[in-house]
Order: sequence, then C-alpha cells, then structure tokens
Amino acid sequence: MSPQPDASGHFGPYGGRFVPEVLMAPIEELEQAYLAAREDPAFQAELQDLLRNYAGRPTALYFAKRLTEALGGARIYLKREDLLHTGAHKINNCLGQGLLARRMGKRRIIAETGAGQHGVATATVCALLGFECVVYMGEEDMRRQRLNVFRMRMLGAKVAAVTSGSRTLKDAISEAMRDWVTNVADTHYLLGSVLGAHPYPMMVRDFHKTIGEEARGQILEAEGRLPDSVFACVGGGSNAIGIFHAFLPDAAVRLVGVEAGGRGTALGEHAARYHGGAPGVLQGAYSFVLQDDHGQIALTHSVSAGLDYAMIGPEHAWLHDQNRAEYTSASDVQALDAARLLSRTEGIIPALESAHAVAEAVRRAPAAAGQVFVVNLSGRGDKDIDIYRENFKELDES
Amino acid sequence: MTRIGRLFDCLKRDGRKGLIAYITAGDPTPERTPDLVEALVRGGADLIELGVPFSDPIADGPVIQRAGERALKAGTTLATVLEIAAAIRRRSEVPLLLFTYLNPVLRYGLDRLAQDAATCGIDGCLLIDASVEEAQDYVAAMHRHGLDTVFLAAPTSTTRRLELVARYSTGFVYLVSRTGVTGERETLSAAVTPLIQAVRAVTNLPLAVGFGISRPEHVAELGGQVEAVVVGSAFVRLIERNADNPSLEIQLESFTRELKHGFGAHA
Repeated sequence: MSPQPDASGHFGPYGGRFVPEVLMAPIEELEQAYLAAREDPAFQAELQDLLRNYAGRPTALYFAKRLTEALGGARIYLKREDLLHTGAHKINNCLGQGLLARRMGKRRIIAETGAGQHGVATATVCALLGFECVVYMGEEDMRRQRLNVFRMRMLGAKVAAVTSGSRTLKDAISEAMRDWVTNVADTHYLLGSVLGAHPYPMMVRDFHKTIGEEARGQILEAEGRLPDSVFACVGGGSNAIGIFHAFLPDAAVRLVGVEAGGRGTALGEHAARYHGGAPGVLQGAYSFVLQDDHGQIALTHSVSAGLDYAMIGPEHAWLHDQNRAEYTSASDVQALDAARLLSRTEGIIPALESAHAVAEAVRRAPAAAGQVFVVNLSGRGDKDIDIYRENFKELDES
Repeated sequence: MTRIGRLFDCLKRDGRKGLIAYITAGDPTPERTPDLVEALVRGGADLIELGVPFSDPIADGPVIQRAGERALKAGTTLATVLEIAAAIRRRSEVPLLLFTYLNPVLRYGLDRLAQDAATCGIDGCLLIDASVEEAQDYVAAMHRHGLDTVFLAAPTSTTRRLELVARYSTGFVYLVSRTGVTGERETLSAAVTPLIQAVRAVTNLPLAVGFGISRPEHVAELGGQVEAVVVGSAFVRLIERNADNPSLEIQLESFTRELKHGFGAHA
C-alpha cells in the first residue's frame, strides 16, 4: 500500500476538504504549519519531552494474565493508554496540536467533545500552555459525563452547551466549526479525532502513531513475535489508527476496529458505520457515514458518548476497502459486560469506549488458543462511573 | 445562457442593481414555498436562492438552522425542493439558484440532479461545503446540463484561491462579506470592500455580496460597489415569526420592497 494520504489529503477516494470557502485558506495555512513543525527537530523534541514527562509515555503493555485464564484461549495484552495523564490517549494529540497552535501565534483554542476525554485533554493543554479555551459539548453528553464537565471547568475552560440536533458529538463539532469560521484569525480548532478536512485526519494520526510504535516493540520483547490480532474501538477512530499504523506493513497481523453496536440494528439505534452506512460528506471529510435515503445524516446511539458519531475517519474507510483492517461492532450490553469482566479479573475499570474493544477480544479469545491479542485500552472508566451505576444497580444495593 | 446570466445583462443595460433573496425551501411547509417566492418577486426580488435543508448546517447561524429543522420536519428532501422549483417555474420566470450542502446532492447523484434541476427550471447551483478543488465532477455535470455553478469567495481567500473560484464560477461570484455563519448583523464588515476589489481584479463576472445583510442601509452601502446583494436570514426570520399569519406574504412583499429602496435610483 502506498503512503496515505496523497498531497491533496485523500486516502484513496476518502478524506479531502469539504468546508466553506472561509475555512479553506486557514486550513491550507494549518497544513503548511504542521508540515514544517513535523520536520522541525525543536518542535519534535519539545513534544517528546511533554509526552514523556508530562503525559507519562511510554505507556505499559500489560499481560492480562487472569483475563487470559478466565477465557482460556488467546494470550491478551493491554496497551495501557488509560494510564496517561487525563486518563486517555487523547492527550497525545492535544499536546501536539497545542504546541502547533502556539507556533502559529493563535491565542484561543476551541474543541468539541463527546465523552469529555478530548475536552479534558484540551482544557489541560490549554492550562499548560496558556490558551483561552472553549469546549463545545452536546447537552445530552454533558448530562452523561458530568464529572468531565466539572474537570474542564476546574482547568479553566469554558464548556459551551450545544442544544441543536441530537445534542451529542456531531452537533458539538458543527458548533465548533461555526465558532472557527467566525474567529478563524486568532483561534485554532483542536479537532479530537481522525475526522474533518485535510490535514486533520493525517495530523491527528501522526500524533497518535506512537501508540502502535511502542506496542509493536513491547510485544516483540514480551512474546518474541508479532501479535495475531490488534483490537481498538472506533468512533472517529483516533486511538485505533494510532495503534494500527505501526502494524500496517505486518500483513499477518489482523487489525480489528470495533464500532458501537448500540441497542439495535435499525438506523438511529447504533453507531456502526459498516452496518447501513454509505459514503458521504460530513463536517469536512468524505467517508462512510450513517445517513438516510435523502442524504440527511442519521442520529446515532451508543452507551458510550465517545463512539456516538455518524462518520468513521476517512483512513479507516480506506483500510476497510483495502481489506487491511476489519470492522465489527459490540453492543451496549457486550461492552458493559466486558467492562465488568475486566474490572473483576484485572482490577482495571475501562472507559466504556475501550470496553467495546475488550468485548470483541473477549468474544474471540476462547477459540484462539496459542494466539496473541493486543487490545488498545484507550481510556480509563472513572468518567463512566455514573453510567456503570445505572447499569449495575445490584452493586448499589448491599 | 441561463436566466441568471440574462438577469445580470438586463441589470447592466438598465443601470440597475439586483436583490437576491434566500429562503429555506419547505419552511414552514413545501406547499407554502411557491407562494412565498411569488411574494418576494412581487416585492422586487430579482433572483431566488432556494435553500435545501440539511441535518448538519455548519455554515448557518441559528435562524437558518431552525428553518432547516422546520423544513425537514415537514418532510422536505432534495426531491421535494426540485418539485417546489417546478411549481415556481410554472408561475414565474424568476432566476432560481439551488443553495445546498453537498451530502444530499451526492446521495441524489450529481448527474441526476443536474438533469432534474434543469428540467424543473433551476438555473444554477451553489454548494456551501465543497471547495473548488473537490468540485470538478460537480462542475462538469452542471455545465453539461446548462446550469450555472456559483462559488463562494471569502475575506480569508488568497489571490490564488480567488482565481480558482473565478475560473469555476459562472453566472456570478458570491462574496461572503465576513468570516462567520449566516445571520443578520448591525453593520457591514470592513472586510467587504477589500474583498470586492480583490475579486474584481481576477474576474469580469458580476458580483453579489451576502452574509449579514438585512437592512435597506446595508443595501444602500453595497449598491454602489457590486451588481447584487443577498438577503437571507432577515427573510427567514420574518417567515419564522409569521408562519401562521395570513399576512405573511404581504409582509414579505413589503419588506422586499423596503430593501429594494435601499438601492435608491438603481432599484
């Protein structure tokens, strides 16, 4: 496979730049600034220093011995992105884009958030680097993720409630884009996933590639060989692209993206783009998107706010078409069960997003004796305690 | 040449300026839109932009967002908007420009849309979220069926970008007066005059300015500089406030006339 994206930001037919003309020149400027920063040793050195000493990289690759024994099949390793500062992989990208925004002379940063993990990571980096910060969050997600709303405010960010549409991630992105289109001169839009117009899908991927680079070296050291399968949850798909990328040339390694199967198969009941989605344009990119027959974007549902989004990142759509990655889904119930199993066997409460990846590994492990699995544990579950409580009521009763 | 081209030729010949009115098709209902358009035309609107409602209108402010929600709730699709256009065309020769986000167009099919739009009497199309770089197939399809392709020029556009916009635009070039979403503003942006000069330097096409224009004094200020001005949210707000009022059409007509008076001797 040739390196992607091409010069115009396309991954095969996907990606590109679908934004109003007002944003085109600023996006071209962002691309130039990023390409220059990527080649600048001083920029990379500062980023590496922050990733190591502030965020806590490299993260461990942990052999989940009791989970492995409980399932009696594949040997399961967890890439512990949940141990990073702020509790999820999102900080990798936020530090990178934060340094880039400073280099571009911006004074204000805006972001969208679904589960709140990207919002918290953005608010954190803004506090660290001294930016004014506004995070757009759907009203429904603010209710689901109250703890993260408070964390962002404590970090000095303004959390702007979005009341349009389904009041979730998709609407938060639209509102952030409206802010950006208005304040583009002094504001950087710190997009949190491998979505949006070029260069975002490439840039966000690059900032997360370190996940897979570390994991590949760590599994070779631990097992003396490459894994058979790598699992990651896919909303927009940033943690998945981050861990997949280093394994792309390793044709024998199965790359498994797990979408949100929600509570049913009908349109509106899930966020599994490969169950009923079609190519289309949303919020800057051309990729697979859940939509109706008239091209209106569909509402989605997932117990996990971070996966509750109608489009998959364009590079994933490309990997899917190339048969280099496979995409499956785990339901709300499967994710909740997996979270409980991991908590009890390993003492690790995962984020609901990451629990989808765990669920698929759990499903496949018993029939995979002798195989090695790596699961990207992209975030920790503290933010989801309210939802876990709602779903595990019996635990509140003794 | 489309009705759009002929309109701008007429305006030039008569020493007049054009008023372009945007409304969201299907708001409050698809059945009502042709009547509203007729009222706008009676008041003096020279060209009508028919907005296609979309679930995720990233370039629109709250007024047009709400109009889109109402139109979608009333069952409006791109196919419905084409039917609305055909109904308008049975009554009027006013130039019609389809104003839409890309995804409904992709889903409908570029070539199918171009063909059906031409059949329904639409004269051109403007895609809000497709840069000229991504619009090659679209431009080819529209031109094959004799439709104009209008692109946006923005205060942030570089000279290189303005040249691209001018190259792919036919009919006129739509200048976005300010960075920001659609919606009424108190005053005109200081960015607009430099933008007009920059676009004039790269094209002889007629220019229309939109975004934030809602009052006769705005129209007056721009009338001396460009061939046409676009008013959108102010009309849409009037429709929102008076959807159930039988005098809506009369109010639209008189507001259009008021705006048109802004051009003074060039009305």
